[in-house]
Amino acid sequence: MNTPEPNFDEMRQADGSIRPAYVDYCQWLDEQDPSQMRRKGREAENFFRRTGITFNVYGDDDAEERLIPFDMVPRIITGGEWRKLSRGIEQRVRALNAFMHDLYHRQEIIRSGRLPERLFSNNDAWLPQMVGFTPPGGVYTHIVGIDLVRTGPNEFMVLEDNARTPSGVSYMLENRETMMAMFPELFSRIPVQPVSDYPRRLAKSLAACAPDGASDKPMVAVLTPGIYNSAYFEHAFLADQMGAELVEGSDLRVVDGRVQMRTTAGYQPIDVLYRRVDDDFLDPLTFNPESMLGVPGIMDVYRSGGITIANAPGTGVADDKAIYSFMPEIVEFYTGEKPLLPNVPTWRCAEPDSLAYVLDNIAELVVKEVHGSGGYGMLIGPTSSKREIANFKDKLKANPTNYIAQPTLALSTVPIFTKSGLAPRHLDLRPFVLVSPGGIDITPGGLTRVALKKGSLVVNSSQGGGTKDTWVLND
Amino acid sequence: MLGRTASSVFWMFRYLERAENTARLLEAGFRMALTRGGDIANDEWRSVIDTLGLKAAYEALYDEYSGTQVCNFVLRDRENGENVMRMFDLARSNARASRTSITGEVWEAVNESWMSLTHLLSRPVRETGLGTVLAMVRRSATLVRGATYGSMLRSEIYHFARAGTYIERADSTARILDVKYYLLLPSLAYVGSTLDTSQWDNVLRSLSAERAFRWLNAGRMDARGIAEFLILDQRFPRSLSFCYKELSENLGRLAEIHGVESQSNAKIIEAMYRFRTTTIDTIFDSGLHEFLTGFNANNQVIANSIAEDYRFFA
Repeated sequence: MNTPEPNFDEMRQADGSIRPAYVDYCQWLDEQDPSQMRRKGREAENFFRRTGITFNVYGDDDAEERLIPFDMVPRIITGGEWRKLSRGIEQRVRALNAFMHDLYHRQEIIRSGRLPERLFSNNDAWLPQMVGFTPPGGVYTHIVGIDLVRTGPNEFMVLEDNARTPSGVSYMLENRETMMAMFPELFSRIPVQPVSDYPRRLAKSLAACAPDGASDKPMVAVLTPGIYNSAYFEHAFLADQMGAELVEGSDLRVVDGRVQMRTTAGYQPIDVLYRRVDDDFLDPLTFNPESMLGVPGIMDVYRSGGITIANAPGTGVADDKAIYSFMPEIVEFYTGEKPLLPNVPTWRCAEPDSLAYVLDNIAELVVKEVHGSGGYGMLIGPTSSKREIANFKDKLKANPTNYIAQPTLALSTVPIFTKSGLAPRHLDLRPFVLVSPGGIDITPGGLTRVALKKGSLVVNSSQGGGTKDTWVLND
Repeated sequence: MLGRTASSVFWMFRYLERAENTARLLEAGFRMALTRGGDIANDEWRSVIDTLGLKAAYEALYDEYSGTQVCNFVLRDRENGENVMRMFDLARSNARASRTSITGEVWEAVNESWMSLTHLLSRPVRETGLGTVLAMVRRSATLVRGATYGSMLRSEIYHFARAGTYIERADSTARILDVKYYLLLPSLAYVGSTLDTSQWDNVLRSLSAERAFRWLNAGRMDARGIAEFLILDQRFPRSLSFCYKELSENLGRLAEIHGVESQSNAKIIEAMYRFRTTTIDTIFDSGLHEFLTGFNANNQVIANSIAEDYRFFA
């Protein structure tokens, strides 16, 4: 496929010279024997299989467990770039939390006319059960993943906010471990900021959000849907690294007004539940009555202040792509500042003028469902056939409020290793942000997802994307 | 730790032990078939299926007992819900479910073993490949055991792992003996027949006991001595008495950690008392078969008590 304009390569300038962030790395790479590097690539795959870093793909019976392909060329960001980025991220996350609080209380942003009411009144992720309730410490989004794309030297844009249950942080950590195991000398030559203390920071941040009355050492547990969930590896990994219990719904029960887990010595109360289960499955008494993954009555305990649920139920509102399109207004409304990180320009198909524009220009646009995720249910105009476009147009016309559209961006590239040497591929970046009453903490690094097919703009692992280690230089 | 996780650890080690014991049985059967051939070989394969409790499932599919057919049925046949590959699947999924309770070394040992066996058992096993597969099963079990011994904290998790191992091993030893018990009865124990000694040898091989027994008895072999060794010898790691000594130690530690006198601990103390007051004569007097079936029934009761004491289920 053709990208509409020449894209920004993060390693090389247009004249072929190396950009500053990659100078030291490329110098090291020149000294390596290419056949050695290929062998290392196979080693990495064995390492991942042996340690069990796999993910499960929904609807793929043959391959219950697959590896996310790992590429050995790191994605490198300078310290200066990172400082600028983190200011923008922090501002956005602060605004997101304030927005959540407002949505479930006075709704000033709607009264002021900056945000149309329909956006959340039609939004399944908005939970009436959260109205008027403030979570412990006032924190809604304890863990946030902000998806960023880059289009130029200092041009980062937010593609998506993941305020519900962002995943992928285990890849940030394991990719670094793998790189350090394979190329220890690189890390003694190049000053890379560490990411390995993320689990400790997460544990600390979660503990700081414990409800009033919890002890100095609050009991933290990770709630997983179980071993068949696509992200089970990550749930187990984080619990293990934090020294927290990994629990399933069947381990939990409300006893004496507290959520308690069944241990070998009887029921013990939990103070903070880092849940990796969707809102809808959290409490069969309040939400989906069929759910076997949650805890009957947990919402009552929550509302009476007996437990912290991270992230708070109802934060999925912010993952909605129609809400996303208003993020610049949201940031300005709650912080009183201009957004430091811009959005990708977005047409809301709910608006007639925008819809007309999108229908006329659909072949150049990316059209997404407002509630969609994981790269499912979207149309990439430039790579789609006439028939696919015609079919999608019908769906769009039938239910325009369900869609937004964005230009096909010239996403930046970084090379990956291929059989015939280095070749540039498009990528994005998901840094992980922790929020507690003590402040906002951003680990220097993140998950870099990379499209493995030449020219492809789809980086999702469920669609054949891979990952890279993400370096933030200590300069 | 969580009751469910304790259950996963317990069962992970039970399945690994079961897979290993099954491999041992097949190895002994294979050897018997090679050295004796004909009807004896067929009888041997029949008794392997019988020991594993798979008679009905096997006979529903096949009319006759032949080596590779039995081996493939036991190792990988999907019609056999308790095939060895399935045991490794279950061991691995229990390991995944208790991933936060076992060390990376133990997990990797289980996972790597599972990967190798998945590969080896992806096609039917031929006679020439049987040795490799069986050796891999045993090596896998040894690897996990070593990783467990060398890397796990001696917390309750470790004791649940060991308890699972010894419950399963005692069950297996008692079953093997029970299927072969008639070979060991005093009335049949006349010396000199090569047929008998080779079958006795096979009983010992099914439990990897042949070397130890030879060494202790200077090569002499008698039925009573074999029964005594496999039931009452406290030095042999697959004897009933040894398994219970270890089980009692682990259940004792669990009771101590929890600071309560548990049902399971009371039951193992009782069983240990019976062992101390039992001799091979009293066993033969009241019937070897009765002794073994009684033992296994009680073994099951102890396993259930562990699950109940430590809240494996809600």
